[in-house]
Amino acid sequence: MLSNIFRGKQYAVSKKYNRQSLKDNIEEKKKSIKENYVEIQYQETECKPNVPEGIVAKCAKCGKIIYNKLLISNNKICPECGAYFKMTAIERLSTIIDVDDLCIEYDKQVTTKDPLKFPGYKEKLLNLQKRTGLIDGILVVKAKIKTNDIYIAVMDPVFLMGSMGTAIGEKLTRLFERATKENLPVIVFCSSGGARMQEGIFSLMQMAKVSGALARHSEAGLLYISVLTDPTTGGVTASFAMLGDIILAEPKALIGFAGPRVIQQTIGQKLPEGFQRSEFLLEHGFIDKIVARNDMREVLSKIILLHQNKSQGGSKDEFYTME
Amino acid sequence: MNFTPWNKVQIARSPLRPTGLDYIENLFDDFIELHGDRRFSDDKAIVGGIASFKGIPVTVIAQQKGRNTKDNILRNFSMPHPEGYRKALRLMKQAEKFKRPIICFVDTPGAFCGIGAEERGQGEAIATNLASMMLLKTPILTFVISEGGSGGALALGVADRVYMLRHAIYSILSPEGFASILYKDSSRAEEAANDMKLTAQDLYKFGIIDGIIDESDGGVQTNSLKTMREIDMIIEKDLTSLINEETKDMLDKRYERYRKI
Ligand SMILES: [Zn+2]
Repeated sequence: MLSNIFRGKQYAVSKKYNRQSLKDNIEEKKKSIKENYVEIQYQETECKPNVPEGIVAKCAKCGKIIYNKLLISNNKICPECGAYFKMTAIERLSTIIDVDDLCIEYDKQVTTKDPLKFPGYKEKLLNLQKRTGLIDGILVVKAKIKTNDIYIAVMDPVFLMGSMGTAIGEKLTRLFERATKENLPVIVFCSSGGARMQEGIFSLMQMAKVSGALARHSEAGLLYISVLTDPTTGGVTASFAMLGDIILAEPKALIGFAGPRVIQQTIGQKLPEGFQRSEFLLEHGFIDKIVARNDMREVLSKIILLHQNKSQGGSKDEFYTME
Repeated sequence: MNFTPWNKVQIARSPLRPTGLDYIENLFDDFIELHGDRRFSDDKAIVGGIASFKGIPVTVIAQQKGRNTKDNILRNFSMPHPEGYRKALRLMKQAEKFKRPIICFVDTPGAFCGIGAEERGQGEAIATNLASMMLLKTPILTFVISEGGSGGALALGVADRVYMLRHAIYSILSPEGFASILYKDSSRAEEAANDMKLTAQDLYKFGIIDGIIDESDGGVQTNSLKTMREIDMIIEKDLTSLINEETKDMLDKRYERYRKI
């Protein structure tokens, strides 16, 4: 059960998986959905923490050395200076949901079929899968926040910088389709460098695919909250990150379409202080609210409660119901 | 004649190729350009308006490269700001209201990167177009005439049918940008162009586009009338079939077009 992992607040578990089924079938000419991703078979093994016990981490802001254990119990906030460390998907989820309640993970086995046959990509993925225990960069679950059912996706920055290829696109699309069918709200925690280069045009098309599924969810009168964490850029910003009914962000997160380095190169001038940070986006009207990590669960649950009539079994023609 | 992907990149970027406005002027009658996003300004990298296609009122939207150096500066080298995408969406919603089909011509190296573009929400503008176009209750056709660069191209590319010219390219990023990210060396753009699979022929094989429009070996400019005639026939054929579809079926198919990728 996943809740065991959440309770321990450990990093993703290691999995053994069957490599045979990952082998690409080049002969397969059929142009269909199955060509772009495949569901790999794997066996459950005992849960092992990915990060060895006792290891320490250095704060990028104040330079202090901090025990990982302490850091994790502190929501990955530096106890010395308050800087935010990046969170893995499981760590993030454990701070948001009712960890003792049922949490079902969906589509864990979805991986890419390397549609471009991009040199070196398959090997890179296999190594990364082995090292992190993740199959791609997103965790999709149905869980509860203060007893309310909700679909949640959390992008994982440790997996190729959370970049979106066909696997993430497919998992998010299925998430929105399921939520639409079941009249449930969706929360997506974004953390991504953008579309995944190694899957080229297929990654680009995921932006349209996910936005389409999201548009249908929205049309059904359902709530979608996007939460932007550091960093949210590129094709993710230009699709589901910016389409929330309500858009929240962690403080000081980098959020933008083009990366700051690319902009600096293009225009040949220094970027203003605080450019493309959460506070800058709030100032320019592109996000609703900046929420501290420790308050996130509380704020999300309040928003969900205020949308309950709409999001649970309501049709968009009914404005409100009172019982 | 055989062309390498890198040849295609160079052909697609040739300043001799017809621009968006050339297609509009050749394929439609009575074009009236409509300006502005009603929010901030009028982005000249995107041209849009109303016109007649064989007697049918249509909305046309094109990314516009300059026809000369001076014009290119005015057009910002066809790299739109957020207001360009917002103007496009305004015109598309107008088309939906008046039940006009929409025809888009894509030709951009990508959405513009700059301080203003970020301040005014480049990501939000593109995202909103993607989601909105998926639900627009009127037929949409998109032609990638030369360069289809990234999200900046896709923001006019969520359509019922998408075509590319024979030498056009459509990619997640410029080969230079791609090489600098993945190979840490922007001079390896030629190699990137090979690995990226960005030609019309690749995309057709992948099932991402619906067809390839022929152009001469020497590029569309050497026999543009032939290419225009082919596009004209495609528009007529597609609009005839799309207008006869139930709106719900059309939207389901549009959704499925991307869902299967
Ligand atoms: Zn610190």
